[in-house]
Amino acid sequence: MDVTEEVVRNIAELVQLKVDDADIQQLTEGMQNILALADQMQAINTEGVEPVSNPLDASQKLRPDAVTEENQRELFQSIAPATESGLYLVPRVVE
Amino acid sequence: MINRSLSQQLDDLSKGEYSSVELTQTYLDRIENHQSLNAYVSISKDVLEKARQADQLRAAGERKPLLGIPLAHKDIFCEAGVRTTAGSKMLDNFISPYDSTVVSLLRNAGALSLGKTNMDEFAMGSSNESSYFGAVKNPWQVDRVPGGSSGGSAAAVAARLCAAATGTDTGGSIRQPAAFCGITGIKPTYGRVSRWGMIAYASSLDQAGPLATTAEDCALLLSAMAGADEKDSTSSAVQVEDYSKFLSQDLKGKKIGLCVEYMEGLDPEMSRVIEEAIEVLSKLGAEFMDISLPTSPLAIPAYYIIAPAECSANLSRYDGVRFGYRCENPENLEDLYKRSRSESFGQEVKNRIMVGAFALSAGYYDAYYKKAQQIRRLIKNDFLEAFKSVDAILGPTTPGPAFKIGANADEPQAMYLQDIYTISANLAGLPAISLPAGFIEDLPAGIQLIGNYFDEATLLNLGHQFQAQTDWHKKAPELST
Amino acid sequence: MSGEWEVVIGLEIHVQLSTISKIFSGSSATFGAEPNTQASALDLALPGVLPVVNEAIYPKAIAFGLGIGANIGARSCFDRKNYFYPDLPKGYQITQMDEPIVLGGEVEITLADGTAKTIRVTRAHLEEDAGKSLHEDFHGMTGIDLNRAGTPLLEIVSEPDMRSAEEAVSYAKTIHQLVTYLSVSDGDMSQGSLRCDANVSLRKKGADAYGTRTETKNVNSFRFLEAAIKYEVVRQTEVLESGGKITQETRLYDPDKDETRPMRSKETATDYRYFPEPDLLPVIIDDAFIAKVRDSMPELPAQKRARFHTEMGLTDEDSRVLSSELGLATYFEDCVNICSDPIMAANWVKGDLLGGLNRDNIEISDSPVTAQAMAAIIVRIQDGTISGKIAKNVFNAVWEGKTDSVDDYIQSEGLVQVSGSHELEPIVDRIIANNPKQAEQFRSGKTKVLGFFVGQVMKETAGKANPKQVNDLIISKLND
Repeated sequence: MDVTEEVVRNIAELVQLKVDDADIQQLTEGMQNILALADQMQAINTEGVEPVSNPLDASQKLRPDAVTEENQRELFQSIAPATESGLYLVPRVVE
Repeated sequence: MINRSLSQQLDDLSKGEYSSVELTQTYLDRIENHQSLNAYVSISKDVLEKARQADQLRAAGERKPLLGIPLAHKDIFCEAGVRTTAGSKMLDNFISPYDSTVVSLLRNAGALSLGKTNMDEFAMGSSNESSYFGAVKNPWQVDRVPGGSSGGSAAAVAARLCAAATGTDTGGSIRQPAAFCGITGIKPTYGRVSRWGMIAYASSLDQAGPLATTAEDCALLLSAMAGADEKDSTSSAVQVEDYSKFLSQDLKGKKIGLCVEYMEGLDPEMSRVIEEAIEVLSKLGAEFMDISLPTSPLAIPAYYIIAPAECSANLSRYDGVRFGYRCENPENLEDLYKRSRSESFGQEVKNRIMVGAFALSAGYYDAYYKKAQQIRRLIKNDFLEAFKSVDAILGPTTPGPAFKIGANADEPQAMYLQDIYTISANLAGLPAISLPAGFIEDLPAGIQLIGNYFDEATLLNLGHQFQAQTDWHKKAPELST
Repeated sequence: MSGEWEVVIGLEIHVQLSTISKIFSGSSATFGAEPNTQASALDLALPGVLPVVNEAIYPKAIAFGLGIGANIGARSCFDRKNYFYPDLPKGYQITQMDEPIVLGGEVEITLADGTAKTIRVTRAHLEEDAGKSLHEDFHGMTGIDLNRAGTPLLEIVSEPDMRSAEEAVSYAKTIHQLVTYLSVSDGDMSQGSLRCDANVSLRKKGADAYGTRTETKNVNSFRFLEAAIKYEVVRQTEVLESGGKITQETRLYDPDKDETRPMRSKETATDYRYFPEPDLLPVIIDDAFIAKVRDSMPELPAQKRARFHTEMGLTDEDSRVLSSELGLATYFEDCVNICSDPIMAANWVKGDLLGGLNRDNIEISDSPVTAQAMAAIIVRIQDGTISGKIAKNVFNAVWEGKTDSVDDYIQSEGLVQVSGSHELEPIVDRIIANNPKQAEQFRSGKTKVLGFFVGQVMKETAGKANPKQVNDLIISKLND
């Protein structure tokens, strides 16, 4: 898989990373290095093999429907970069 | 004091040979004197006070399994009121408002938190060079890496800056640094230890475990750390054993597999280490046989898709809104996201986020992500087949001893291959232990034993018996001050 | 509008499941709390947190699936849907992509002309809600409240089977009725418990291929849904007829301006990179569990409506109205169970009761006249104790809180109707005697004057006479 500059820019957009022209080379190489390894996988036929998403193939335990959390807004917002009136602030969002 | 194992220290404390305060102060002094190793990123402010309380409790007859033992925590475990960075500038200012289950279980068992250890940024690395707080030095040779990502924990234990430490292992991050630093480390079965409060790298691979000088200490710590947690849906309900109980079991009749794929093309020095280990274990009654893990050569390719894919999503929460680093004067929302993330993530983290997002993107999902998860199934099946005939699989932990700091800077692929023997256990979710088993060029070398699901007891038993016949685990580096 | 276009509509309806706590955390899911006071470490996506699934979502989602005749997935898994938005703390939404809990199914709607139409449901899946962005000015910043983040949702996706705004509204109302009937959701649209995304496109009549669609997001009332779709239909018609092309895009409906406009946020313009949520394991839903849910389900609105019509003999219209809402239907049935007269109960419930509730803006659950009181009034009409006219007075007295007991009130106010010929006969005799002219008219065939005599008797008895008995008595006396 050859990673093009366009691919790098598109992916960077999806994961919200800023890409300066100077970074392109480094990111492209970084991706290329990993993908070159990954491409070895294509050598083996995996048709019909069920993918693993959890190594134990276990099933889910569930939680009773009860309120177990208390209001800790003050504590949580003490580590927030910008809050006001109990809200987290971000630059104006236009819908 | 410092050359006593954790188990011995517990014995000493109960006999009154020294107090928890004295023990803690000794470690604090050593940490202070060996700051150049860069093993710790922060020291607990109140640890002496906690040691004092532990001494009082002990005097009052309290008998908790780890009472008064100072431990170091990898800085990936959230601890309430304590800065928890995951080795990243992103979390340089993050004071965790809550406790991870691992930290709270060990505290409940009486252990003290001495401080937080350095690590590769978000646990992505095999050398500890990707930490925002700088590379950790291998105490055996300070121009060498300690391994990663739990490099700070391994270096701290090896340098006797603590008797034991917690770590996490996603692709070898406990075992590889343990091998490089000449100590013992176990990655338990996936789901054995709760991941609640453990900062995620790759959710389906991450697993916490202990690093210590001996298998006996690891057993003691794992007994305290393991168990089902209602806060972690992926934690297992399988009963936790008292691992210490199985340590002294006879090895007669134990069957150990030698993976032909691992033994091929092995470095001659590493080969010698393995041969010596086989001899020791054979004398103890273990039987060896060849086994095959045919898909194992594809473990690294599969890992370097699965782990980045999961991390690309896991690290999306770092957006400068609710906690962590936020860029100065963002112009708009996009600028806030992009600069907060780009200014505070290191290059390796960015590379993996990018690859992961790519592997999941439209048109590539089947060829990369799905393919990798299918290969994971084949790897798991290989192990299931092997464990029909053996109790454990022996091999090297790493291809060779610790490399020089900066040696792989221009060869990331060489760095990725560091994990060639360790990664399969993560993909399959199996427990694996690394034991110090010799030296290559005056640097420690480790052997790895992979066990069947939830059979940590066998690995610790093998490790303890091996350590009863060898003294590699007793060797400590001589530190210059 | 030109008649050559066919409108094609599909709806995605987000229904908030009525649980006590959130889908993946133990935070309260109550509406209306102070900002971020119901946002736990998990809801804030602090480093190291992990989701744990609330068990209450499964019976609700399964009940809905059974209610529309769908297949229930034997394995229910969650996936991550990746995108950045400030109201989405993790940077991904936990939802179901590959293995939704509900697959297929259909809903029958009633059109304005009374005919029925079937709308197919593609799937319904479980997911978490996002938080809220508050755009009031905080020094040019937007405020984020994450109380709603993690509220459980069932997203119900229809096939593009609707052909007009009215059909879409009828479908949405039918879904609303079903989810409230089944206690899947409280259905309170003012609190956002049911929100619609409308996919609208046009195509030439007779064409097979669908046109390019727009998606109008987050419409939270039936009225707005109708208006938003109508606006889109007009707008798209104009674009197409002027030779333009429809842009596939996400739009928002602005009720103040009654228009839709393209969303400018990047919330949707992305590759979502779905993959299985590694922090959660598959939930196995076995037949026994499905059977348990089925056994605990109430009768569905369509079944109730049919039964009211066929078994109770109500008109189609009465059956529809009385089955429209579970509370109302329950009230009606409680009433019938006591009084055993569905027709009279239907008339009273549809008439005086619904009239009163609408007038005073009261929910049926808070009705001052309980189903038991309503039935007691009807019983007293049936046994002749009071007349229908007096019954209305009794109903009003109970409504206004003048009494708790229908019978006590009838007694204490002396409302028991005069019946029995020994009491009525002398009165009838006297009135006939006093009005010989009218009596003659009756006998000569002008039977209309009967009303005059009845009125006189009622006046004399202050309305307490049994009207039927008075009628019969007067006729027999006059014909003597």
